[in-house]
Amino acid sequence: MSGTFVGMPAFPEAAREAVRDATLRGNLRHATHTIRAKRAKAVAEVPDWDRLREAGKRIKDHTLLHLDRYLEQLEASVTAAGGTVHWAADAEEANRIVAGLVKATGESEVVKVKSMATQEIGLNEALEAEGIRAYETDLAELIVQLGKDRPSHILVPAIHRNRGEIRDIFRREMGAWGRPAPDGLTDTPAELAEAARLHLREKFLRAKVGISGANFMVAETGTLVVVESEGNGRMCLTLPETLISVVGIEKIVPTWRDLEVFLQTLPRSSTAERMNPYTSMWTGTTDGDGPRAFHLVLLDNGRTDTLADEVGRQALRCIRCSACLNVCPVYERAGGHAYGSVYPGPIGAILSPQLRGTGSEIDASLPYASSLCGACYEVCPVAIDIPEVLVHLRERVVEGGQVTSRGDKVVLKPAKGHAAERAAMRAARWAFSHPGALRTGQRLASRTRRLHPRTLPGPGRAWSGTRDLPEVPAEPFRDWWRRTDGGKDGVK
Amino acid sequence: MRVALFLTCVNDTLYPDTGRAVVKLLTRLGVEVDFPMAQTCCGQAHYNTGYRHEAEPLARHFSDVFGEYDAIVTPSGSCGAMVRELYPRMGERARAEGRGDTLAATLAPVVPRTYELTEFLVDVLEVTDVGAYYPHRVTYHPTCHGLRSLRLGERPLRLLRAVEGLELAELPGADECCGFGGTFALKNADVSAAMGADKVRNAESTGAEVLCAADNSCLMHIGGTMARLRTGMRPVHIAEILASTKEDPAV
Amino acid sequence: MSARERILGRVRRALADVPRDDTPYERAVVRDYLREHGERTVEQTVDLLAENLADYRAVVHRTDFDELPYLVMRLLAERGSQYVLVPPGLPPEWMSAADPTRIHDRAVSTPQELDRVESVVTGCAVAIAETGTIVLDGSPDQGRRRITLVPDHHICVVRVPEQVVSSVPQALERLDPARPLTWISGPSATSDIELDRVEGVHGPRTLEVVLLPS
Repeated sequence: MSGTFVGMPAFPEAAREAVRDATLRGNLRHATHTIRAKRAKAVAEVPDWDRLREAGKRIKDHTLLHLDRYLEQLEASVTAAGGTVHWAADAEEANRIVAGLVKATGESEVVKVKSMATQEIGLNEALEAEGIRAYETDLAELIVQLGKDRPSHILVPAIHRNRGEIRDIFRREMGAWGRPAPDGLTDTPAELAEAARLHLREKFLRAKVGISGANFMVAETGTLVVVESEGNGRMCLTLPETLISVVGIEKIVPTWRDLEVFLQTLPRSSTAERMNPYTSMWTGTTDGDGPRAFHLVLLDNGRTDTLADEVGRQALRCIRCSACLNVCPVYERAGGHAYGSVYPGPIGAILSPQLRGTGSEIDASLPYASSLCGACYEVCPVAIDIPEVLVHLRERVVEGGQVTSRGDKVVLKPAKGHAAERAAMRAARWAFSHPGALRTGQRLASRTRRLHPRTLPGPGRAWSGTRDLPEVPAEPFRDWWRRTDGGKDGVK
Repeated sequence: MRVALFLTCVNDTLYPDTGRAVVKLLTRLGVEVDFPMAQTCCGQAHYNTGYRHEAEPLARHFSDVFGEYDAIVTPSGSCGAMVRELYPRMGERARAEGRGDTLAATLAPVVPRTYELTEFLVDVLEVTDVGAYYPHRVTYHPTCHGLRSLRLGERPLRLLRAVEGLELAELPGADECCGFGGTFALKNADVSAAMGADKVRNAESTGAEVLCAADNSCLMHIGGTMARLRTGMRPVHIAEILASTKEDPAV
Repeated sequence: MSARERILGRVRRALADVPRDDTPYERAVVRDYLREHGERTVEQTVDLLAENLADYRAVVHRTDFDELPYLVMRLLAERGSQYVLVPPGLPPEWMSAADPTRIHDRAVSTPQELDRVESVVTGCAVAIAETGTIVLDGSPDQGRRRITLVPDHHICVVRVPEQVVSSVPQALERLDPARPLTWISGPSATSDIELDRVEGVHGPRTLEVVLLPS
């Protein structure tokens, strides 16, 4: 994954800063609450939402369980339609393929459609190292690129920026990348969008190479689909002579007809629209219309490892709508950067530790970045049970066990730093398996209750730093029950 | 019908008033309730923190203790959801690990017989007016497991609306998590506290004296935050409101 | 080993524990969702299209065959367009009253040249009422994808009711995946600033849809 995320601190530390950043909290709260209400309204318009959701889930599950067959079918369809298919087992291989394809055109700049897959593999940095400049053309990606920032949301990578900050970035940075921001640029969204239009137009018009991802790939027809709003996608997909699409292998659907499900659920879940402004579909190349050369790079990069996990593989159903981010109370307060990945929020918390493994501090902490409130599962248009996978990954962290890493089965050791917790859990399990021991502990707590401090030392400060402790009662319920014969003798 | 009270380890140890309230309420409604002394913990904290294998003996113990009862009533949405939603999953996982159907078969009997208190009242006893009296302005927080796992829906609100003297105030952002989340409250204390503070601010904005919920774990977090922020609001378990009468009012 | 073999091998090993399932695809996925939402007459479906187009800031006009050339003339005049792009198979009558210089698609060879054209007039392949969407498939009355992208003003003529379907599933049934397809729902827009929708970014900022009864 992108080098910008290496060495991220664990989630709780990264989140601490965000929680204290009042501007960030305000920006995130405003944006996520705006979209939450809109999404609910857009979904309520469709009476068969649950059935569409179930169909989407089943289409994706079926595809994943026959992925080898559909990959081969897709390859044949794309090739028959005039495209060239490349396979990349990891980020490095994908970057090498793309850089080679760009160099073969003789060009030293490319225009890019917003794509999670190319973010994930750090393509822009890899191209830069080869002397190729990649221009992001999605408005939010442009804001991130100009601001030398990192994306913090799947759909709206600059969600952590408000309009005033965006205006400042445009005024300050646009000139170094091309056409400067118009004089007197204000912070109205319409003016900011106009500034982006002017800045990027010259790049679109001269571009010879476009790079994209895809939302869907249809195995039976070889059709790729890009869902977007601004028209930057259409520009990159139709004006250049060469188009290179880097797409995760899980983006396949078997048939043309399957799009009827996702083209209903994706726009309503992501931008809360009945339909997004532009959807482009192309099948190989078309004489006289659009790029003359089309390359599809099929990316694994941890997806087959994820597929090998019976519980975790459901994360591969994800269609990157970002509805789970928008409803997540943890995301709203911690912000996207705390997740240390291009995939933030609840889906990121289950995707990153599977794609990258749980070896790093940040990845081992992500499964805990949730109160398990279940709001993400409820809105997911492909019914990914995110809480189930989070708990499953917590188990992987604390217990270790067999996992697949780069295609090989390996046995993970339990993560360090959980020894005290593990001992406490075992002790609690022992006490709870012996009701007598539990009762003894409860009585001890009750008898010493006057001595209990109001705040706790050490790890207990995590609680008592912000919350008062409950008072321990004079007697536990079970003693009262025994003493009063279940309350029958009327004693209180 | 043999009815058992599954009070939960947290309530048994820290919130005996809630247990007494459930007993009082059910007795008033003509239900004889038993408290099996061998009960301990459903294993939720273990399971949700990643210690599924440590949770298994606790689940088996739960099944041993409660297997003979026709109905198992608990005043905790999250522990109810543990039994109803996650015990079957534990059985499935054991099967997938090549350990056969034993665990699933052991746990199966208690799953459909476990009811969260408000479910038991509305669905099994078919009452919504439990004859309670509680002259206070109250706002209700639907806890996440009650809302999204057990789908309690309107049940708690129907019960509260029927309480004499109770003025129900709608809680803004009611369906947002309070930030407790079990070990989340410790592992991600900053985010948890921020969520708790927002919940408390929303509760305060209703002008209610009392925030009630059907789960003392969440109330421990919300109440601890209220006390620290010196709001003057109190957290009260819904059982204590429903148990309160003119003759024997809750304090 | 090639990357292709490596990836396919990983997929097969990853699925080794999955019981073999030969259920044909048609039966593996239950499609009990609706083919369309609600019951409407043909006229009501066209009305819904108009309503949803307008909701996403497309400008909707209704006219008849005789009036169409004058409407097109007026719309171009209101924009002050000097040059208008015309796909090769556009019915010539549609433009018979228009003043601006007609540029034929193939004459515009570079994107820069295309950028100097102010307006474009096309037909469409299908329109979807429930979502307020028009779909272009590169047929002769619609032209190459770029001609409806670079100019800032797009006039799209929809023949009603025969080109109008109710729903997304019905639209996909009518479309040919081998053709390059562009689905358009209103003028270009973005939600990238504070997740608030604003219209007008890179695609045509003005989309005018003319509903033409046959």
